[in-house]
Amino acid sequence: MPEVIEIKGLTCGYGEKLVLRDIDLSVKKGQFFGIIGPNGSGKTTMLKAITRLVRIIRGEIFLDGADMKRLSANDIARSLAVVSQTTPSLPITVREFVLLGRIPYYRKLQFFETGNDNLIVERAMELTGIVHLKDALMSEMSAGEVQLAFIARGLAQEPKVLLLDEPTSHLDIAHQVGVLDLVRRLNRNEGLTVVIILHDLNLASEYCDTIALIGDGRITKCGPPAEVLNYQTIEEVYKTVVIVRENPLSGKPFVLIVPEEVKEKCRKGS
Amino acid sequence: MKYVLPGAILFLAAAVAAAMISGSAGIPLRRVFPIIASGTVSPEYSILIDIRLPRIILGFAVGGSLSVAGVILQGMFRNPLVEPYTLGMPGGAALGAALCIILKLQYVFPAIVLPASGFIGSCLAIMPLYFVSMRQSLVRMQGILLTGVMTSFISTSLVVLILAIAKTEEVHSIVFWIMGSLEEPSWTLIIIISVIAVLGLFLSYFLAPVLNALSLGEEEAIHLGINTERTKKQLFVLASLLTGVSVSLTGIIGFVGLIVPHFVRILTGYDHRKLIVISFLTGSGFLIFCDTIARTAFAPVELPVGVITGILGGSIFIYILGRRHLSGPAGGA
Repeated sequence: MPEVIEIKGLTCGYGEKLVLRDIDLSVKKGQFFGIIGPNGSGKTTMLKAITRLVRIIRGEIFLDGADMKRLSANDIARSLAVVSQTTPSLPITVREFVLLGRIPYYRKLQFFETGNDNLIVERAMELTGIVHLKDALMSEMSAGEVQLAFIARGLAQEPKVLLLDEPTSHLDIAHQVGVLDLVRRLNRNEGLTVVIILHDLNLASEYCDTIALIGDGRITKCGPPAEVLNYQTIEEVYKTVVIVRENPLSGKPFVLIVPEEVKEKCRKGS
Repeated sequence: MKYVLPGAILFLAAAVAAAMISGSAGIPLRRVFPIIASGTVSPEYSILIDIRLPRIILGFAVGGSLSVAGVILQGMFRNPLVEPYTLGMPGGAALGAALCIILKLQYVFPAIVLPASGFIGSCLAIMPLYFVSMRQSLVRMQGILLTGVMTSFISTSLVVLILAIAKTEEVHSIVFWIMGSLEEPSWTLIIIISVIAVLGLFLSYFLAPVLNALSLGEEEAIHLGINTERTKKQLFVLASLLTGVSVSLTGIIGFVGLIVPHFVRILTGYDHRKLIVISFLTGSGFLIFCDTIARTAFAPVELPVGVITGILGGSIFIYILGRRHLSGPAGGA
């Protein structure tokens, strides 16, 4: 399998402060690749380095074999779509919002979308199940619907890779599963490579093929969920006590937290 | 939605017609065309062509330019309070003109020196802002806005300083210049600014899809493949040019660049392709209309047109905002 994203020796940060040090990482075509780690460990910074929002101090990032330094912003946007966490507060309708995903394909002096653009936007809204919302305003939609619209806009970019930054963070469990099931379907059926930052270890475990665990600016461990999500590793990186069991249905690891009171009760009991 | 463009054109036409027939000479609308068509140099012909028409054309160009500059700045800074004037340009222009007056430079080339110094002043005033906004790669917009507000304060204070030490007649001409007026004797300058205004309208239309992406935020725009550094420069230069040229000829006419884009956004939604064109037309009409009121309300005394745009625009705007809040939420800017 060819690498879609390859990161070699990446070091970056904000000003003097280094957030990531010597990161090596490769995402293969068709993978569902999860990035997990504690708050402030550098997950989002890595995503921003890939999307060029953070200046790279050392190292290289290759997108589909090409050095990203040599690619124009437009080229990148045609193969890399980002689903971020911001909710637009503009009076913009869902359809108009999804249509913005076609901007990388506009030619010079093109002002209006073509018939082809409209078809692609329709299809993106169908795939994400938001066709009925197309005239609703983004600012008046629920958090779950906003995420779907973001994913639809990403699809309208016709990318090879979809980058998601904590798409489930403000959602209830039903919507979490809904969004991730959708992303999984797109990954399987449309051949989309997915790189996703997740806070919830159990969601990462259930959905990702490969997980990279980032702790303090370095990749602590990278591999399939069963390898990465064991209690020693998690306790070491997150500095908190956990119990890891197996999900009886999927066979994937399942991480349980242990509150302080329970910990003390156990200590007294033993 | 599809009535917005014809509506804006109609509004502009009505403003032009009202400006043509209002005034002490009392020329009714049905006689306007015969008088102009006759081409003979009658007193009425010269009132229409030499006195009223230049003001209408200047109002068209300046109203449109200020509104488009407002649309561009509000879009790129994603802040509904931004307009050319909050960024300190008129302060710089006023300073330039005031300096020119107390140094008695305006007697050298009377028609050119005052507008030129206003233009240079406004361009200099925007320099700090430009460099601050270009140096930071991912801009903290608040910082830029504060820079603009501070430049504005500094130049306004300097103007007050000049007023304090100037002679009475100089104070009078400085204040007169600052108050803003569409009175402009030179046809050449009127034609130049009209050309620049229409050119600016076209150029900003080319940038409309980019502005759409940029109004989601700079990071989002980068995600959508926009070269934000280059785009910001282009937008900045365009907005500065449109404002600088306007301010240099007419002095300070506030509120147009703030209110018109706001008002139009309620009608057209976020899409800058519509927003730019409709704002230009509405802004032109609005300024021509305000100017008509300014010169007829207390005739023969002419009020500063900035007073009318402020009072009229401000109260209409508060009324609309109030109604919108009562009728439930609708996306702001």
